[in-house]
Amino acid sequence: MTEAYIYDAVRTPRGKGRKDGALHEVTSVRLSSQVLNALKDRNNLDGHAVEDVIWGNVTQVGEQGGCLARTAVLASDLDESIPGLAINRFCASGMEAVNLAANQVKGGAGEAYIAGGVEMMGRVAMGSDGAAIAVDPSVAMNTYFVPQGISADIIATEYGFTRDDADALAVESQNRAAAAWADNRFEKSIITVRDQNGLPILEHDEYMRPGTDMQALGSLKASFKDMGEVMPGFDKIALMKYPHLEAINHIHHAGNSSGIVDGSAGVLIGNAEFGKKYGLKPRARIRQTCKIGTDPTIMLTGPVPATQKILADSGMSIGDIDLFEVNEAFASVVLRFQQAFDVDPALVNVNGGSIAMGHPLGATGAIIIGTLLDELERSDKEVGLATLCIASGMGAATIIERV
Amino acid sequence: MTDFTMKTDADGVAIITWDTVGKSMNVMTMDGWPLLESLVDQALADGAVKGIIITSGKEGSFAGGMDLNVIAKMKESAGDNPAKGLMDGLMNAHGILRKIERAGMDPKTNKGGKPIAAALPGTALGIGLEIPLACHRIFAADNPRAKIGLPEIMVGIFPGMGGTTRLVRKMGAMAAAPLLLEGKLNTPAKAKAAGVVDEVVPADELIAKAKEWVLSEPKIVKPWDEKGYKMPGGAPYHPAGFMTFVGASAMVNGKTQGVYPAAKALLSAVYEGALVPFDTALKIEARWFTNVLMNPSSSAMIRSLFINKEALEKGANRPAVDDQTVKKVGVLGAGMMGAGIALVSALAGIEVVLIDRDQEAADKGKAYTTAYMDKGISRKKATPEKKEQVLAQITATTDLNALAGCDLIVEAVFEDVGVKAEMTKAVEAIVGEDCIFATNTSTLPITELAKASVRPEQFIGIHFFSPVDKMMLVEIIKGQQTGDPAVAKALDFVRQIRKTPIVVNDARFFYANRCIIPYINEGIRMVAEGVAPALIENAAKLVGMPLGPLQLVDETSIDLGVKIAKATKAAMGDAYPDGAVDDVLFWMFDQGRLGRKSAAGFYAYDDKGKRAGLWDGLAAQYRQADDQPDVTTVQHRLLFAQVLEAVRALEEGVLEDIREGDVGAILGWGFAPWSGGPFSWLDMIGAGKAVELCDALTATYGERFATPALLREMAEKGQTFYGRFGTQAKAA
Repeated sequence: MTEAYIYDAVRTPRGKGRKDGALHEVTSVRLSSQVLNALKDRNNLDGHAVEDVIWGNVTQVGEQGGCLARTAVLASDLDESIPGLAINRFCASGMEAVNLAANQVKGGAGEAYIAGGVEMMGRVAMGSDGAAIAVDPSVAMNTYFVPQGISADIIATEYGFTRDDADALAVESQNRAAAAWADNRFEKSIITVRDQNGLPILEHDEYMRPGTDMQALGSLKASFKDMGEVMPGFDKIALMKYPHLEAINHIHHAGNSSGIVDGSAGVLIGNAEFGKKYGLKPRARIRQTCKIGTDPTIMLTGPVPATQKILADSGMSIGDIDLFEVNEAFASVVLRFQQAFDVDPALVNVNGGSIAMGHPLGATGAIIIGTLLDELERSDKEVGLATLCIASGMGAATIIERV
Repeated sequence: MTDFTMKTDADGVAIITWDTVGKSMNVMTMDGWPLLESLVDQALADGAVKGIIITSGKEGSFAGGMDLNVIAKMKESAGDNPAKGLMDGLMNAHGILRKIERAGMDPKTNKGGKPIAAALPGTALGIGLEIPLACHRIFAADNPRAKIGLPEIMVGIFPGMGGTTRLVRKMGAMAAAPLLLEGKLNTPAKAKAAGVVDEVVPADELIAKAKEWVLSEPKIVKPWDEKGYKMPGGAPYHPAGFMTFVGASAMVNGKTQGVYPAAKALLSAVYEGALVPFDTALKIEARWFTNVLMNPSSSAMIRSLFINKEALEKGANRPAVDDQTVKKVGVLGAGMMGAGIALVSALAGIEVVLIDRDQEAADKGKAYTTAYMDKGISRKKATPEKKEQVLAQITATTDLNALAGCDLIVEAVFEDVGVKAEMTKAVEAIVGEDCIFATNTSTLPITELAKASVRPEQFIGIHFFSPVDKMMLVEIIKGQQTGDPAVAKALDFVRQIRKTPIVVNDARFFYANRCIIPYINEGIRMVAEGVAPALIENAAKLVGMPLGPLQLVDETSIDLGVKIAKATKAAMGDAYPDGAVDDVLFWMFDQGRLGRKSAAGFYAYDDKGKRAGLWDGLAAQYRQADDQPDVTTVQHRLLFAQVLEAVRALEEGVLEDIREGDVGAILGWGFAPWSGGPFSWLDMIGAGKAVELCDALTATYGERFATPALLREMAEKGQTFYGRFGTQAKAA
């Protein structure tokens, strides 16, 4: 079968997703097109070199609406003959773009793709695209809908993680991200965001809080306690689905949950012929992809069954994986992953994650695949697995292997 | 015989008067709709008519709502395809109300049309408010006793004649929520403040004011029929509306634990309706209302909570004996029960003699009424005058001679055969020969207690539930020799104090406690087995029980449980089946954990006595199993523990009427109201399925789940309880 290789991966630094964030002045189209141009320029591609651009994005309204992928292609240096496909699988959209592209290549539908995504969370508010699962009583009541923060706290309660467990993981994420930046570990993939005159706007991840310690995190109030226990009382819904629990332990807060940021990332994927044509050396092959659905109430446990499935589908075991990227949507998601597979935390999110650097929803899946590849190369390891939990109860995973 | 009549005054205002024949309050019937429509058609077509007023011929009320007897039978009478029959019928009624609302206006320009006012002399409930909501302006008489609202949700349905769609569009989802979801009723003044009615006017000017408005050439087009209409508070995908709707689903789901289909359907009608134009929204409302009517829960709830409850209150099982209205009641024992019985009797205007051994105790019993009335005054539900009036009814004394002239005695002294016998003899010596003697025992056999009486045919059990002023059920127990006059006396007394009676025969624990005790025991038994206590409690709530079994035993007290267990064991000997339960119960008792009253039970309690979660010491003694049962298994055990006792009570003739079994279960111990009661629930799942579940439970958990012969026979014959035992015929 045709192999799908990763030839390049780039990402923008992540800006704070607020009015005073560095990327707040940049449109989602411009940020996306800078990523597309970077991939074209770094690899000396023709304007028509790829079959399609598959672009993950969650909140597809306003400037992110109207098939952003197509708009970004037209705003970039790629030819108008490249169409553009906007996709949404919530937090795994960027990963799903990569997986779709890889499987298209494997299936022979074109030689190469650019896959990635963008989310300008400070410009287009999360949730502003509506969501029937939260609002439509026929669905919300029958699926026992609760917001993600409550789900993360259900995981903590069900699997026995304490506030200290979560805070310690958050501190570690900050320390690792700071160390990675100090050691220039992101240099292969980071591109500087520039204005229309070439002036730099942002060169580093902006959200990080190096030096965060347990004491600082200890002072933060649990973010989902009120909506759980008081108004509108989501804990009752959680207990309807998990009746063996007596109460929900609310451990998550802004410091041990992923950050709201702006950012974009892209991955260049192609077959062997594509590499030869452009004189590019494949960095890794995309060995296996998978996606699954899980209980929508606890919602964020997807990485566990997704990993079980992808390992089974690829005939591998957990011991065959050298490094892991498990998106730090909430601390309990990663804690649960480590618990379920009994993996060494030193191999998971080696250079920090979304708690420290932020989680631009539609881009993160592509970001962590790039981060995983960079680290496999740096530490000279072979096989890596990236996985994310997904809203409404889904999970996705990708296994890459250096070649 | 016609419910609606019309006359047109010289000023050109047509007045349509609703006056249901033979009823004190108007109710809508199937025949009423075409009559109303033809009069509206006539008035709209008549060039001499300038406008219309719809009012009531009943003093102090507009209408009580739809005839629930009709609603209960709507599904059966809807033809071979009931969903279609219901939908067609609803859309037809919507058409009539829409005709009123549009009143002949041009569909495009909204020009023309005749103003239609609703003039409400008083109470307007259900359809009695939905018709006014379709009119252009609602005038309500300033009648403080009038109740205005949409209480449909209380009987398992929702406002399905446009009330849901119109109220939400008029007020916004947030403001309409308490009226629709809780069935909150308002006085006219409050209804105006809430925006439900438009004008509150003096009662004697009601028609004049409405007329004045009709003749003022008012603007009549509804906001939702105009271009650019926006829902107050925001539609579901408006940022503000989004939060309202997300919260509404969670709150309703959490509060109802997902077992009330009407609440879900109502919310869906509101949400889906909010996204489309008005006429489409009405169609959506009709589809969801049909969905609720098709759900067996709605007809079961209407049957038990309204029709049969009312029938029992009106004396469905009262022997044909002359009026036995109580004039003077003697209450023996001024403890918690006696004090409560004195209170409800005094509130009903009955003279009360409250007796206890010492004056201090008697006074303390009377003080309960004082405290109750003070609370009422602070909440503006009573006045100081009313308080004095009620207190004046109660004489608290130690003097048994004060009981002379009582026509009813209710004994509520210590639960001891000897003590009760002594009181019976002493009191019978003082009261007149016609006086009925009732005991409020909850555990002792009536026939046994009646042995102390010189007039056992006048001796009866009247079993109140605690707290007396809140609990609506009263269980009347006939001893072997109890005669009809005593039963009639007890029933008339219950009617006077506005509670709901059931009449049962004498047997251990009568009816209610007989069913509650196995429920509690099954919960405790599961603790011993290692089932997570939270799962036991949550499973109970998820099937509609108001309290989990462990919380319930904390409330009723663990020492009472121990006492009952010891007495039952003594009575049953080797056949006693609850040893596993007693291990836990007696251990709790030995730890001094007696429940709420000792601020320590299956739950822990904080310094203020507030429940603070399940007691963690329980897990140390009874280790939770690694494999927990699924929630359905726990629910089946908890439900069948109760339901099988109800069936056995019927089999043994303790219960003579399944209506009493169902109504008593819901009012007495809160048995899953959505089901309509134990017998309604069995009918809902079917006897065949029930037998299958019982057999499986028996095989796994033991003989206490053994299928009663009656149930097995009904399964074989394909019968239902309501089919076999009917609504009128007694079981025995």
